[in-house]
Amino acid sequence: MIPALVVFGYLGVVLYIGIFAFRTTRQSSGEDYFLAGRSLGPTVFLLSLFGTNMTAFSILGASGHAFANGIVTFGLMASSSALVIPVCLFAIGTRLWALGKRHGFMTPVQMFRDRWECGHIGTVIFAVQAVLLVPYIIIAVMGGGTVLQAITNGYVPYWFGGAIVSTVVMAYVVLGGMRGTAWVNALQTTLFLLFGTIAVFVIGAGMGGFREAMEALLASPATSPLLTRERISPRYFFSYTFIPLSSIAFPHICIFCLTARNVTYFRKTIILYPICMLLIWLPSVFLGIIANQATDVPAIQTKLEARAQLADQSTTLSPADSARLRAQAAGDDVILRLVDGYAPLWLAALLGAAVMAAVMASDSQILALSTMFTEDIFVFYQGARRFSPAMQVFTGRVFVVLVTAVAYAIALRIPQSIFDVATQYAFAGYSAMVPLLVAAIFWKNSTRWGALASTLWTAASVGAVAIIQTTIAPPSPGASIVVWALGDEAIVTRGATGTFVLGFLPVVPMTLVSGLLMVVVSLATGNARPGEATLRRYFDH
Amino acid sequence: MKKATAVAAVALLYVLHQDLWFWHDARPLVFGFLPIGLFYHAAFTVVAAGVLWLLVTLAWPAHLEPRRREDTKGVRSE
Repeated sequence: MIPALVVFGYLGVVLYIGIFAFRTTRQSSGEDYFLAGRSLGPTVFLLSLFGTNMTAFSILGASGHAFANGIVTFGLMASSSALVIPVCLFAIGTRLWALGKRHGFMTPVQMFRDRWECGHIGTVIFAVQAVLLVPYIIIAVMGGGTVLQAITNGYVPYWFGGAIVSTVVMAYVVLGGMRGTAWVNALQTTLFLLFGTIAVFVIGAGMGGFREAMEALLASPATSPLLTRERISPRYFFSYTFIPLSSIAFPHICIFCLTARNVTYFRKTIILYPICMLLIWLPSVFLGIIANQATDVPAIQTKLEARAQLADQSTTLSPADSARLRAQAAGDDVILRLVDGYAPLWLAALLGAAVMAAVMASDSQILALSTMFTEDIFVFYQGARRFSPAMQVFTGRVFVVLVTAVAYAIALRIPQSIFDVATQYAFAGYSAMVPLLVAAIFWKNSTRWGALASTLWTAASVGAVAIIQTTIAPPSPGASIVVWALGDEAIVTRGATGTFVLGFLPVVPMTLVSGLLMVVVSLATGNARPGEATLRRYFDH
Repeated sequence: MKKATAVAAVALLYVLHQDLWFWHDARPLVFGFLPIGLFYHAAFTVVAAGVLWLLVTLAWPAHLEPRRREDTKGVRSE
C-alpha cells in the first residue's frame, strides 16, 4: 500500500506544480502559455528537454529490450541518440530558436508556411505530424491505467487508473501550459536519474554482486549471446543511427526548442545530453541483462521458461500459444520484478513514482498537439485578427481537454498492440520528415512542392510498412519472407523482428528518399521558390 | 578550419559507433562485470560529450545570439 500512497503523493505534487505555474503565467499571452514566454533557464531547459525526449520506453522498454536482446540495446538506442540528438539540437534546434524569436513562430508548421509561402501544404504537414503523434498520447493513458492498477494490486481498476492519470496530466497542462509541463518534466528527469543509480546498487547487493551473475550468464549457451551482438547484423545496427533523427522533427521537441530564454542555453544541453543518456540508459540496460540470472525471482523465472519454450518449440506451437508465450516472456516489467525480489519497500515506492513519471511523459505531446491545433488550424483558418491572444490561450486549453478526453476514450476501446505498432513506425516517419527542417533552414532553393513530396512520401511509406507488418505474419527467428524482389534480389523482406529493405530498417530508405524527393522536386519546381523578401529574412544574417 | 575540425570529429565519432571489432566478444569484462561491447558504448557516450563540447566551442553559430545591448545602443545612436 505504501508504493500506492507514494504514487498518489507524486500525482499531487505534479498537480501542485501545474497550479503554481498557473499563478505565474500571464493568462492573456499565447507565448507565455504555449512557450513559457520563451524564458526557460538553462537547468530547466536541459532537464526538461531531456525529460521530454524520454518516454516510458527509456526505463521500462529499454530494460525489457535488454532482457530479451542483451547489450545491443545500449548501442542501438542510447549511444546513437547520445550523438545524433545533440548534433541535431546544435544544427537545427538553435536555428529554430533564432527563427522563432525573430519571427514569432510557435509551431514548425507556422515556419514552413512562412518559409515556403504556402497555406494548405502546411495543413498537410500538420495532418501527418498529428497522426504520427496521437498514438503516443493514447499509449500513455493506457500505461497510466495499467501502472495504477498494478501498484494498487487491482484496487484501482484500469479504466479508473487511466482516468486519474489523464485528469492529472490534463489539469497541469491546462493550468500551467508550457511552464508547468517543463517543470514537471524537469522533476521527472531528476527522478529517473536518482532511481537508476539507486536501483543498480540495491539490486546488485541483493543479487550478491554482479561479477558472479555476469560469469554465470557467460557460462550458459542460452544467455552468453546476450553479452555480444552476434545475433544481429551490422546493417540492422547501422539503421538505428537514423532513428534519433526523429527527435528534432517531433513537434513537441521543435516547439520546446523555442522556449529557451537564450540560445546559449543550448550549449550546456548539447554537451550534457550524452551524460544524461548514460546515467539513465546504462542502469536500465544493465539491469535488463542481469535479470536473466535472477532465477530466484518467480516472475522472472516464468518469463525465462516461456522464452525457452518458444525457442524449443517455435515450429510446432499454434499461433495462439506463440502469442501467449510471447506475452509471458515479455520483459517490460523486469525492473519492477527485480525490485520486488531484491529491494526494500521504500525503493519499490520510489520506483512506483518513477514509473508513473515515465508513463506520464505524454504531457509535452498533448500540449504540442493543442498548440498545433490552435495555431496551425484554428488561428490560421479563422484569422489571427479575429481572436485575441487571450482567446487563443483559451482555445489551447479547450484543445488540451479534448485531446486528452479523446485519447482516454480510444484507450478504453482499442487494443494496445495497434498503438505499439503505430509508435514503432512513428519514429521512422519523423526521421523521414527531417529533410523538411534541413531544407527550410539551410537550402534557399527548396520549394513548397519539394516539402509536399517529402511529406506525402513519409505518409505513404509509414502506411506501407504498417500494412506489411500487420498483414504478413512474422516468420520464425532467423527466417524471412520475401515481400518484393527484383530478379533474384530480395528488396523488401519480412523478418521475425520487422520489415527490412535490403537488410536495412525502413527508416533508412524512408529518410534518404524523402531527402532525395525534396531535392529533385524543388529543383523541378524552381519557379515556386519564395520571393526575395522571404529568402532575405531566412538567409541574410 | 576550427569548424572543419569539429565537424570532422563528429563524423569520425559517427563512424566509430559502428564498432565491428567487438561484435562477437563479451570478454574482457571491464571492472569484472561490464562486457566489453557495453563498456565501449558507455565510453562512447562520454567521448561524445567531449566531442560535442569541441563542437560548441569551435563551431558555435554566434550569429544567432542576440546583439549585445552596447551594439543596440550604438545602432540607435547612429
